[in-house]
Amino acid sequence: MNEATSQLLENLNALACGLFLLTAFGIVATRQARGCLILFIVQSLLLAASAALLGLRFDSGHLYGVALVNLISKPIIVPWLLRKTSPAEIYTRREIDQVLNIPTSLAIALALAVLAYFLGIPLANAVGPEFRGPNVPIGIAGLLLGAFTLTVRREALPLLIGLLAMENGAFLAGISIARDLTMLIELAIATDGLIIVFIMGVLVRAVQQHVGTTAVGELTSLKEKAAVPAADEVLP
Amino acid sequence: MSVIVILLLPLIATLLVCLPLGKRWMSGVTVAFCLANLILVVRLAWQVVAGVPPAELTGDGWSRWIAVDGLSALILLLIALVATTAAIYSVGYMAHEELRPKKLRLYYVNYNLFIFSMLAIPVSAEPTLVWIVVELTTLCSALLVSFENTREALEAAWKYVVLSLMGAGVALLGFLVLFAAMHAAGGGTYTWAGLITAAPAMPPILLQTAFLLILIGLGTKVGLVPMHTWLPDAHSQAPSPVCALLSGVETTAILYVILRLFPVMQAVPGAHAETWALVLGLLSVGFAAFLLLQVHDYKRLFAFSTVEHMGIILAAVGLGASAADYGAMQQIVNHSVTKSFCFFAAGATLLAVQTRDIAAVRGLIRRSPFAATALIFGGLAITGAPPLAVFLSEFAILKAGLAQGHYVATALLAAFIAIAFFGVMLHLNRMVFGAPADAAAEPDHSGSETVTPFSLPTSCRLALILAAVPVLVLGVYVPEPLHRLLTMAASGLTK
Repeated sequence: MNEATSQLLENLNALACGLFLLTAFGIVATRQARGCLILFIVQSLLLAASAALLGLRFDSGHLYGVALVNLISKPIIVPWLLRKTSPAEIYTRREIDQVLNIPTSLAIALALAVLAYFLGIPLANAVGPEFRGPNVPIGIAGLLLGAFTLTVRREALPLLIGLLAMENGAFLAGISIARDLTMLIELAIATDGLIIVFIMGVLVRAVQQHVGTTAVGELTSLKEKAAVPAADEVLP
Repeated sequence: MSVIVILLLPLIATLLVCLPLGKRWMSGVTVAFCLANLILVVRLAWQVVAGVPPAELTGDGWSRWIAVDGLSALILLLIALVATTAAIYSVGYMAHEELRPKKLRLYYVNYNLFIFSMLAIPVSAEPTLVWIVVELTTLCSALLVSFENTREALEAAWKYVVLSLMGAGVALLGFLVLFAAMHAAGGGTYTWAGLITAAPAMPPILLQTAFLLILIGLGTKVGLVPMHTWLPDAHSQAPSPVCALLSGVETTAILYVILRLFPVMQAVPGAHAETWALVLGLLSVGFAAFLLLQVHDYKRLFAFSTVEHMGIILAAVGLGASAADYGAMQQIVNHSVTKSFCFFAAGATLLAVQTRDIAAVRGLIRRSPFAATALIFGGLAITGAPPLAVFLSEFAILKAGLAQGHYVATALLAAFIAIAFFGVMLHLNRMVFGAPADAAAEPDHSGSETVTPFSLPTSCRLALILAAVPVLVLGVYVPEPLHRLLTMAASGLTK
């Protein structure tokens, strides 16, 4: 492969990673539940694109496989599974009052992205020169932003998307540093992601049936309550 | 080959449970298969102790994925043991709830799948494969935690899934970085054994990052403070036999994965894996000991005690002496057998009084002498009263700590253990021997009112008696084969 082509591929990969980071920010900031799902699908496509570009750049059949698995499982099977398992209500929900308002959330998200950069650079350098690219820092940023989404959201679908986005982040870093992981493992991890969607879909349905809401984050009855005096202590 | 059979049995049981042959069939199949599995696992552990070469145990061509050594045989043994007693306990406990067959099938299908996923953890040799089965344990047990479908159970299940999977996401990056470290060291097979061989050539920064990511990620699922917040919820809301599995063996099985990294980390000078373990362990023991004092739900009491015990085990490994490692292994065994007993006792209490509120239970000894005796015995056993099992291992750990010169850490550990003892016994003592609240409220009737005794289902009694045997025996005597298995397991923690 000549110099110009590999440079082009690397630049395209950088573009895919940059857009990946944008979608991670988008998931933090989007109020509409369906919007989160769409952003997640776009993010998964970008992950697949990055895997395919790196596959082309380093001539790795394994990375093509990763791209293919991501292309099939997340944009197609995940929405299908969600439709099968969970109540339709989860799509139409909007979160009017999040734990933090959107500008504050975005500011914190930005700080996390900067932190991820400083965490990721020494790692990428330690692996070797050919691994230096935007994948590791942006993957870590994706992971942190996904975790952050989990802490500020209350609705079921954005929470689920936050979890899957964390996994996407770990993978974006993974396709760059752990390039020749066995295909069997990749398939197993993808299947695992689908089981997550299935189980959480079933849980959300149960919550909606028995509690009557899909804002699972608002279930907060379990904690060490203030002491309820026992009857024998109240009476003289 | 026997390892493959051990993994297949719970899956076959899952399929058989799906046949529409009635409620007794489901519970019978589960008990029979768990028992068969226990026999196979004991045989396997015996072979490991006898020094049968690993390739013969796993079969040809599987060593890339499956491996068994002393440490994994020990964890396998505990999982199979608690799975069996919990299956026996489930027969009476679940029959008591009078469920529809479909709902009961959901329980047993998930139960067997959960057992499968746990058994797969110690025998998997490839770290990313381990990550996948750890995820599976969360997913297979989620519907067991939410089984009762109350608002609280659903909340607990949701928290459990979200926090465990969040931790798993962090751990996934850790495992991928570990793979990269292996690659940077020149490759080799990505297995636990391969990692130890390749460790000296790995870039230290990659190894340390991987260790921390995995410690934090999987530590969430072990229930280490400050990532423990989901644990008391999930471990108290699930049906009691499931609590016994979650608290007794699932936490230990996940902790085992973290322990696997210690020999790898020892190859790098100044990696400080032990320091991290000691600090995080002490933090967990300390927090749990004080949180124990203020609980209002007796199942949560035992759940916090699990956080405490995970902290003790991790701190013991952090002491970094071979005697402490042996103590940690012994503690793993004693915690599993004792904690499962405690949750059986808590379940028996719940059946008798129908409430989880500590303040609402007084004078249990009159309502159900059997449940009350079990509860007080469980409380004494888990907090380390002599001459029961936990006392022996905690004593061994403290002794090793002093011999190693970790005076401050050992003193803190001893103090926290003492506080936890008082915390647990204070609550349980009131529940069992306290004057009944209604009698105190209406003193006129207290003399004439007789408490209706409650009769516990036979299978629950049987499970409680079976579970009490190792708690009693291991306190005074460690059989020679077990001693050798513990020694082998402890040596697996060092290079």
